[in-house]
Amino acid sequence: MADTRFTTDHEWVRLEDDGTLTVGITDYAQDALGDIVFVELPEVDREVAEGESCATVESTKAASDIYAPASGRIAEINELVVEDPGLINRDAQGEAWFWRMEPADGFDFESLMDEEAYQALLETL
Amino acid sequence: MVAFAGWSLPVQYSGTLAEHAAARTQAALFDVSHMGQVSLAGADAARVLERLVPGDIAGLPPGRQLYTLFLNDAGGIMDDLMVANDGDRLFLVVNAACAAADIAHLRAHLDGVTVHEDRALLALQGPKAAEVLARLAPEAAAMRFMDVAMLAIGGAACWVSRSGYTGEDGYEVSIPAADAEHVAELLLAEPETAPAGLAARDTLRLEAGLCLYGNDIDATTTPIEAGLGWAIGRRRRAALDFPGGAIIAEQIAHGPPRRRVGLRPEGRAPARAGTAIVDGEGEAAGTITSGTVSPTLGTPICIGYVRADLAPDSTSLGLMIRGHRHPALVARMPFVPHRYAR
Repeated sequence: MADTRFTTDHEWVRLEDDGTLTVGITDYAQDALGDIVFVELPEVDREVAEGESCATVESTKAASDIYAPASGRIAEINELVVEDPGLINRDAQGEAWFWRMEPADGFDFESLMDEEAYQALLETL
Repeated sequence: MVAFAGWSLPVQYSGTLAEHAAARTQAALFDVSHMGQVSLAGADAARVLERLVPGDIAGLPPGRQLYTLFLNDAGGIMDDLMVANDGDRLFLVVNAACAAADIAHLRAHLDGVTVHEDRALLALQGPKAAEVLARLAPEAAAMRFMDVAMLAIGGAACWVSRSGYTGEDGYEVSIPAADAEHVAELLLAEPETAPAGLAARDTLRLEAGLCLYGNDIDATTTPIEAGLGWAIGRRRRAALDFPGGAIIAEQIAHGPPRRRVGLRPEGRAPARAGTAIVDGEGEAAGTITSGTVSPTLGTPICIGYVRADLAPDSTSLGLMIRGHRHPALVARMPFVPHRYAR
């Protein structure tokens, strides 16, 4: 069973069986952003550095950058959320993933927050 | 909720898109009590107010309202406001962020300036607004766009205008603060009415092509540049007896250096305020002052200023969004047609 972890930027990151990472934003993030009306995703094959802005999400309220949780190569993007940004509000932690990436060597998945640590973070907000 | 000009403002209730749709299809209730409510007493009030604004205040009949502008000596817009003639006084609604400066400006010229801090302001907007309000105050049905009247709503003495900031039919209702919650509850109890926040008010006014003070107009923009020349009364235009009159006359005669236009970007990316506009050669052409994705149209829309030679409809321009040039066309406003009860 794939393990899902979280960043302090309210992204979820799922470690797939093949070693790739699937990245999206959390339900908390979509709720805080409000109705999402536009998403710009990175190009496939782009090399990104950990912490680099690689996507933009715009709601009726504001524009927000989405950061790479790891260094690596963008392997696939989810065109569904580009076509229908409202999908992020409806299913942030399911169908509305943003991209899949191959993390660079040395990436430590365990360094991300687990569900319990993320819930604890939310309680401080 | 968000802090603004000393007020705590409701940004959204159920969600901006749902609230926006309510105003376009049913009725939405906005709490805009942060706006400044001011009345001017005295036989001279209209004549003296005309020294500060280009509207035909002296010619405004009792029971009518108009949109006008406080101008500075350079013809720049210090604020935009509504002025109603209530018979024995003028009633003004001004922007919250400008209210303190506006009141000082008025008091420097006029005696008899009363600030109504004890009144709330609600806006009921949408195609069902008239039906809803008529159930509580039947006289509201006979009002036309920009009419004003004193109406009793749920026993409260309300000052009502048939106007708003969404492009839809609707009313703005000034209520004694002590009665505001009761009146709001009565309006919200009607099945067509949903509460709406200021985020929806912004997307609605943008679709309607209406200016947001501080974004689309400010002390550096003239009414002619802003496309608000219609707010200059005919008699006033002939007399040019308002601040900045000579500069505005020059711009009317020879055209302003820049104009406020609507823009429709290709693609899905919205251009926000501050986005640079470039011409076909990539040279600086202007700046976006407001932008969003239109909830009604499902496409991005924006308002900005461009060099006057680039202002005609369908001119091809570029918008620099996150370092990339996105094509856009100058487009007629409003983006969504007005539906006022004229």
